[in-house]
Amino acid sequence: MTPLTPDKIYGWGVPFAASSYAAKLDRQLNIFHAAMILIFVCWAVYMAYCLIRYRAKPGVPAEYGHLSVVTSLIPDGIILAFEMFMIFAIGLPSWAHVMENFPVEKEANVVHVIAQQFAWNIHYPGPDGVFGRTSIKLISSGNPIGLDDSDPAAKDDIVSINQFHVPVNKPTLVYLSSLDVIHSFNVPAFRTKQDATPGMQVRIWFEPIQLGTFEIACAQLCGLGHYRMRGDVIVHTQDEFDAWIKKKLAEKSES
Amino acid sequence: MEGNRHQARGNSAHHSHGDEKFIWKYVFSTDHKMIAKQYLFTGLFMALVGAFTAYLMRWQLAYPNTAAPGWGVVTADKFNMLVTMHGTIMVFFVGMPVLVAALSNFVIPLQIGARDMVFPRLNMLSYWVFVASVVCLLASFFVPAGASACGWTGYPPLSASQEYTGIFWGVVLWILALALEFASFTMGGINYLATFMCARAKGLTYSRVPLATWFLVGASLAFFFSVGPLIAGAIMLLLDNVAGTGFYLPQKGGEPLLWQHLFWFFGHPEVYVVFLPGLAAVLEIIPVFSRKPIFGYRTMVWSMAVALALSYVVWAHHMFISGMDPRLAMPFSITTILISVPFAIIIFCMLASLRGGSIRLATPMLWAVGFLVTFLIGGLTGIFLGSAASNIYFHGTYFVVAHFHYTFFPAVFFGGFAAIHFWFPKMFGRMYSERLGKIHFWLTFVFFNCTFWPIFQIGSGGMIRRIADPSQYRILDQFKTLNVFVTISAFILIAGQIVFVINFFWSIFRGPAAEANPFRANTLEWSAASPPPHGNFTAAPVVYRGPYEYSLPDRAEDFVPQNEPPLAQAEGTA
Repeated sequence: MTPLTPDKIYGWGVPFAASSYAAKLDRQLNIFHAAMILIFVCWAVYMAYCLIRYRAKPGVPAEYGHLSVVTSLIPDGIILAFEMFMIFAIGLPSWAHVMENFPVEKEANVVHVIAQQFAWNIHYPGPDGVFGRTSIKLISSGNPIGLDDSDPAAKDDIVSINQFHVPVNKPTLVYLSSLDVIHSFNVPAFRTKQDATPGMQVRIWFEPIQLGTFEIACAQLCGLGHYRMRGDVIVHTQDEFDAWIKKKLAEKSES
Repeated sequence: MEGNRHQARGNSAHHSHGDEKFIWKYVFSTDHKMIAKQYLFTGLFMALVGAFTAYLMRWQLAYPNTAAPGWGVVTADKFNMLVTMHGTIMVFFVGMPVLVAALSNFVIPLQIGARDMVFPRLNMLSYWVFVASVVCLLASFFVPAGASACGWTGYPPLSASQEYTGIFWGVVLWILALALEFASFTMGGINYLATFMCARAKGLTYSRVPLATWFLVGASLAFFFSVGPLIAGAIMLLLDNVAGTGFYLPQKGGEPLLWQHLFWFFGHPEVYVVFLPGLAAVLEIIPVFSRKPIFGYRTMVWSMAVALALSYVVWAHHMFISGMDPRLAMPFSITTILISVPFAIIIFCMLASLRGGSIRLATPMLWAVGFLVTFLIGGLTGIFLGSAASNIYFHGTYFVVAHFHYTFFPAVFFGGFAAIHFWFPKMFGRMYSERLGKIHFWLTFVFFNCTFWPIFQIGSGGMIRRIADPSQYRILDQFKTLNVFVTISAFILIAGQIVFVINFFWSIFRGPAAEANPFRANTLEWSAASPPPHGNFTAAPVVYRGPYEYSLPDRAEDFVPQNEPPLAQAEGTA
């Protein structure tokens, strides 16, 4: 598997489906598109037919009567049935898959993402798999998330800004929160999006299936720098990812 | 005898108002028709301001960081203000005054055969409170740090404390402007509702009330029952800003999501507050220009009632990814799908009303048909967003922008222009120019679609909303050309409105005089003179039948005014 180049990821349509559930969500969009185009075309053709066929002609009066109301309810019924089918058969199962069925923590790459004006702070637990304590009081320019170095669990923690490194073909479980205002964690190529609200911690997950670099774009107006609150998800092979963790740990012990 | 007495009273009323001073006739008027015109002109003026904000934003999106002619470079702080003010102005200061206030004020009393609103002074007060609200909003552009930059939805904590934006006065004035506007429209709404219930002409039962009046009353009802929670929410937001409270600030124990619930509990019915009056105009126009009874009168009124009831239980579909419990997606997806059914019924009824007609595509009818086509696109694309799973990807993208412009623009502008042209002869006593009206329609229709259709594509590609500089993202690179195309289309769309301005003002002063009933319509407003004098009717009208009796067989004329006495009775009295 070679990493995807940006021109392969982003085109005129939806971006390349780079996560395990992206194709599933896209399939739903395609069904919706087909159905909505069908409804619109039928409707518009019938309206155009009426406007031409029943245009005012001298000596031809309009009809006083109408079709029965029951006949007119047939298209309404068809649309209702279709919409119910979409919701129950396709929509809600895929919603539940993305938003409610989370991977097991032990089998996943677990990360804290802490949004702030205007950056994404990525907090990895390191080899011990335990997140160190954080406190707002400790936040400084060198310590954006306020990691408490006196906590032994924090010794091997790694913090990265705007560069979100993840392994391919393994679910990543994200605990998402915000330090100040509402942001929205949005990776278009993964079809992942979730608001990061201060005072809340929300779980989301994704499983990348392609190597490459994918943009994170804040999707909620969060202030002056909203337009440049971008980051990258960098998808590695598991070996590369482990090597990256090692490198960061070495850098940390040096400093 | 009865008729004569009314006539005498009508004349004396007319006389006593005839030599009024300018200030009482044109400024502090209590005449519902003059107040309607005041709302209309205020709303159209605000549309110019709104269009200017659109111009600056589109310039920045197509030609980032270059100087926009007549302004300069649109910097990020200004862009966020423009985004906020464009939404606020177009929804609350164009849609609301032009459609809700101007239409309800003009149409309801005339269609139900009333001499005026039941509370004329309250009516005047509601307009002047609205003017105060406009002044507040416009003033916020000029205060230190500028206007609010928190988006028209004003999500806290961004809007709750100046430490996040550096804007204090702009946000306070923004909240104040909305508060005054809500006060104004509550006064107006009480008036429309009371007038509708108490001042209908003799014989005008609820099942004979024209659909326009029904839908205008529906809009005010939607507003009443939803605005209360938002007023409470706005007060808390104001206190967070000025009194240091923490209703929405988590570090003080507050809850940011509370605002979203309160805002959207109002926000979704608000869509119908603006949409129903547009629909009202179109429903009135279709039978007149297809010369046949409207299809499914009762079905449509009941559908509206069902839609209004459902509109209070769909709000969380704006919040699928806000962090609320994901299990809430199911009930709100279902109610959202259900609410599309009554509107589908209404749209199909309108379509069925064309069948078998004798259709004349005059300017009001063109706008009505344009409304149907464009609004249908808005409705169908809403299905994507109402379904929780597809909402994940589309939420916060330009797909949403395109979707709500395909619902608001048809309602406010297609519906609004349909109404303005249809009731123009009644309002000003002169005819508009049919040729300019058609040129204006086609310019608007074509370039509206050229502007907003590609935005669906851009949104599908992942462009997020409220981005001050699209050149920051690799994901947006491939849309550079398309963004330029959209911007040029938007400029032509805005420039095309000059045709309307010329037609409007030329016709007000120089248009040919209009007869009382130029479109040969049935409803009561057409039995009054064009324009109706203060007091509207020379004699109190009496209603004998429903509003849509067109092309009755065995009649020479293809329409029967609601107040024309039945044949037998007319002979009897003679």
